[in-house]
Amino acid sequence: MNDRKKTVLVTGAAGSLAKRVIARLHDRYQVIAVDFRRKVETDADIPSYKVEIHKRGFEDVFRRHRIDAVLHIGRIFTHEGDRTRRYNANVLGSKRLFELCRKYGVGQVIVHSTYFVYGASAYNPALLDEDAPLKASEVTQDLVDSVELENLAQIYLWKAPELNITILRPCNVLGPGVRNTMSMLLSRPLVPVLLGFSPLMQFLHVDDMADAMVVAFEQNRPGIYNVAPDDYVTYQVAVEQCGCRKLSVPSVPPLLPKLISRLLNWNDFFPPYLVNYFKYPVIIDGRLFQRTFGWKPKRNLNDIFSYYRKHKLLSA
Amino acid sequence: MQVYERFKQLARLASREEWYRRVVTPEVEQLIARMPKPVGSFGYDAWGYSENAAKLGLGVIKLLYEKYFRVTAHGLDNIPAQGRVLVVANHSGQLPMDGMLIGGALAMNPHGPRAPRAMTERFFPTVPWLGSILTGMGAVIGDPLNCIKMLEQDEAIIVFPEGIRGSGKPYRKRYQLQRFGNGFMHLAMQTGAPIVPVGVVGCEETMPALANIAPLARLLGLPYVPLAPLLPLPARVYLNFGEAICFDKSAVSEEEVTARVELVKDKIRALIDRGLNERTSVF
Repeated sequence: MNDRKKTVLVTGAAGSLAKRVIARLHDRYQVIAVDFRRKVETDADIPSYKVEIHKRGFEDVFRRHRIDAVLHIGRIFTHEGDRTRRYNANVLGSKRLFELCRKYGVGQVIVHSTYFVYGASAYNPALLDEDAPLKASEVTQDLVDSVELENLAQIYLWKAPELNITILRPCNVLGPGVRNTMSMLLSRPLVPVLLGFSPLMQFLHVDDMADAMVVAFEQNRPGIYNVAPDDYVTYQVAVEQCGCRKLSVPSVPPLLPKLISRLLNWNDFFPPYLVNYFKYPVIIDGRLFQRTFGWKPKRNLNDIFSYYRKHKLLSA
Repeated sequence: MQVYERFKQLARLASREEWYRRVVTPEVEQLIARMPKPVGSFGYDAWGYSENAAKLGLGVIKLLYEKYFRVTAHGLDNIPAQGRVLVVANHSGQLPMDGMLIGGALAMNPHGPRAPRAMTERFFPTVPWLGSILTGMGAVIGDPLNCIKMLEQDEAIIVFPEGIRGSGKPYRKRYQLQRFGNGFMHLAMQTGAPIVPVGVVGCEETMPALANIAPLARLLGLPYVPLAPLLPLPARVYLNFGEAICFDKSAVSEEEVTARVELVKDKIRALIDRGLNERTSVF
């Protein structure tokens, strides 16, 4: 071990997951925080930048610091930008990130992907392995950027082995401050459900996900891993457990829920691209990650749901 | 008539809770509790099996098993009380009543109840409510990956290698085994799961079909639409479970695997004959 602290660049630093990852890393590593939304207020010794990774200014971060590893968490969600903007930032931005990592000799990259890439289909077997086909772009155009980002990361995984890329595909990550689609949905008092459908889902606490990112970074075993607990619950039970009331939406014929969701999608209330995920389960097998890194989630489903329940009671 | 009386009794019950208690008796609860079936904190497993749905399902199946189809089962001691197993049977009767009743026999086995899993057609998950109900009771779509991972986790799986060739056949072809797929044998060899052959007698008579209305089936996207009674008839059902057979991995060519499948088929044929001989009246 040399004297110099390793320098770690964290993208999407304003998000709740990245904040937790930074908190876990910052006494052992030199952390650099980057976000496209705003300059993150952090501890004095953490340099922080507001920069879009697909813009030229991003390279200056690499010029100014000798970066050893990148934790690529930052992503523009569907509610934050239209398709073109997301494609530019998430896909082209990531490509630029990988190229900069090669150019500046970065030794390790962790990519935060999502289980959405597998796609929700009636034909999915349960406990999908990492080598299952990624069918999300078949389901909806809104997830094309997620799948493309995955493909890109996988290309660099074999094209640039020196980057030591680890791709993590977590199930639904929930918890205080999490602003992904599922978390925002369950924070609301009224949540859409499809009549007659209640697919099985997996949920992970954001603190456990932060732990997972840290062990993946510290143990450095490149590859693709699902990150999920071995516990399952159906969507409608999760909705009840989070203290939400259900807005039942007719589900047949299949065109109807899509139409209704488009009408109801004011303020991302009912994202059309999720309709299939409200119908069919996408259950991933997280055992490879658990085995490889000796990681186990510490919070159970009730811990996760109780936050949403209490939050509603407080605001009522 | 017994069944009719029973339904009349049920109709008089007022509250939902009372209904539930009638169907999900303490006996049913006990059976579910005794099953060697791991579930998560909310009672679900990875394939959507739910303890609550299984209780209700078993309650209803128990009534049908005992009062409607008046099932006679032999050789239940051949089903291992725990560990992986493939229960392989002949398929008949248009609706999967045979799967339900074999499942009932497994779940109520006095030698040790098992949570039965069944492989279903791929269109079931697309049907609202029905898909959720079947999944909750333990059904999964017939994907080899599902089957392998379930056997690795020591589940008991019911397989009909004839598939819709068996269940959709007309009444005139009753008790003639259709072509068996080889998939189940590959799964058994790969996972080391023993095969318990079952001969089902009686389900052919629950829904005698004159013909398949193929154009209507195509229109509805269903495997077949039989010209048959609308509801299953109350035929007596006989289930004969044979001794478990283990197959090693020595068969390499598809020809050798087919020979093994034929062996299982012969066993099932013999078990069906036993059931037919024992049957004194169809209804």
